[in-house]
Amino acid sequence: MNGFLALIARDLRLARRQGADVAMTLAFFVVVVALFPLGLGPTPALLARIAGGVLWVTALLAAMLSFDRLFQQDADDGGLDLLALSGLPLAAVALAKAAAHWLTTGLPTVLLAPLLALTLDLPGAAYPALVAGLALGTPTVSLLGTVGAALVVGARRAGVLVALIVLPLTIPVLIFGVAAVEAGGAGLETRPHLLLLAALLAAAVPLAPLAAGAALRQAVE
Amino acid sequence: MHRFANPTRFLRLANVLLPWLGVAAVLLLGSGLWLGLFRSPADYQQGETVRIMYVHVPAAWVALAGYSTLALSSLAFLVWKHPLADLAARAASPIGAGFTAIALVTGALWGQPMWGTWWVWDARLTSVLVLFFLYVGHMALTNAFDDPERGGRAGAVLALVGVVNLPIIKFSVDWWNTLHQPASVLRMGGSAIDPAMLTPLFVMAGGYFAVFAAALLLRIRALYAERRLRQLRLSLPDA
Repeated sequence: MNGFLALIARDLRLARRQGADVAMTLAFFVVVVALFPLGLGPTPALLARIAGGVLWVTALLAAMLSFDRLFQQDADDGGLDLLALSGLPLAAVALAKAAAHWLTTGLPTVLLAPLLALTLDLPGAAYPALVAGLALGTPTVSLLGTVGAALVVGARRAGVLVALIVLPLTIPVLIFGVAAVEAGGAGLETRPHLLLLAALLAAAVPLAPLAAGAALRQAVE
Repeated sequence: MHRFANPTRFLRLANVLLPWLGVAAVLLLGSGLWLGLFRSPADYQQGETVRIMYVHVPAAWVALAGYSTLALSSLAFLVWKHPLADLAARAASPIGAGFTAIALVTGALWGQPMWGTWWVWDARLTSVLVLFFLYVGHMALTNAFDDPERGGRAGAVLALVGVVNLPIIKFSVDWWNTLHQPASVLRMGGSAIDPAMLTPLFVMAGGYFAVFAAALLLRIRALYAERRLRQLRLSLPDA
């Protein structure tokens, strides 16, 4: 447990000292969201209709940007071998990495999304569903991304590859996340969609680290 | 299975099986097409378009069976480290992707006259599209490493992760009540399809599976030869 928390603390410290990495991801999120009103025309009715989908898709893309570095940095400087020898199971290493990834990119995305939703005229009733959906969905994305990141350690063009592998797996999260926002905006019950998102998270918390741990084992062998 | 992990023994078996599979594929596909196109009735609602079923449904079956082959080979490779299992996984994914593409395209050709649209984002179509992406991701991942061994292991883990999609595809038509029709061949209480249509369907399915098996063996043989060639080239003194 100590090693687990120490690993999260280490990753958070690294993220704080190299603050530009986190800031870049968030800047990407903002810039891409800002492209949609410019590309589709600033009609408020249209933007309100697509706001949920735009925010969710952009949040997914922003998360993808940081996955190729998740284990590669450690693999390059030998840290990954030390982690493998540390006695901490590799699945726990993966879970700690996913937790740190969510705290540094997922959580800021959740906090930033309602602000960006303002610029897209999202109906007021949809905000709770947007924030709750992102809060439940982005940890799942971080966990799935950890699997992809562990798989591509040492690969050529790892950044594109990790997105190609992980994005199809995130489709259920996207579907239920956007459905929750739409239901909220239309004044319907959002609870079923949020419960499904929570179920996906509950399945991903134990299973994704196991898969990522197996992938890491292959990478350090 | 371990008996055939020996490449020499496997190749001997493959060389014996391949001609038979080829003949079976030609005969089954030929007679299946003949039965399906000329000897089976048109549907009372769909008319002649129902015949697309004979090329569409078996392709979807083989697409799923191809992924099962990929996943089982990957499991065998991770557990027992048989190099031949790695080759089988590499051989299966492009073939599976091909059959998935056939299922998607023939489904679109059927959907245009019947549903009035080439594509809908219904649960079955979306999950099969994800299957196609998984195949593509597997191919990209296995070939992304300078060391083929490392690529094979990473691809094997990904193939096993993707297995979650198989039950979703199978049950998507029951869990979500969307456009794609529910299961009608393999279901509780017997098939809902008339034998006049079921026979050509099963003959075509036999043909598709023979093509799949033949292509799989051919590709394993070719990949094995390629790997041998690579080893020989690396062992040359002034390579």
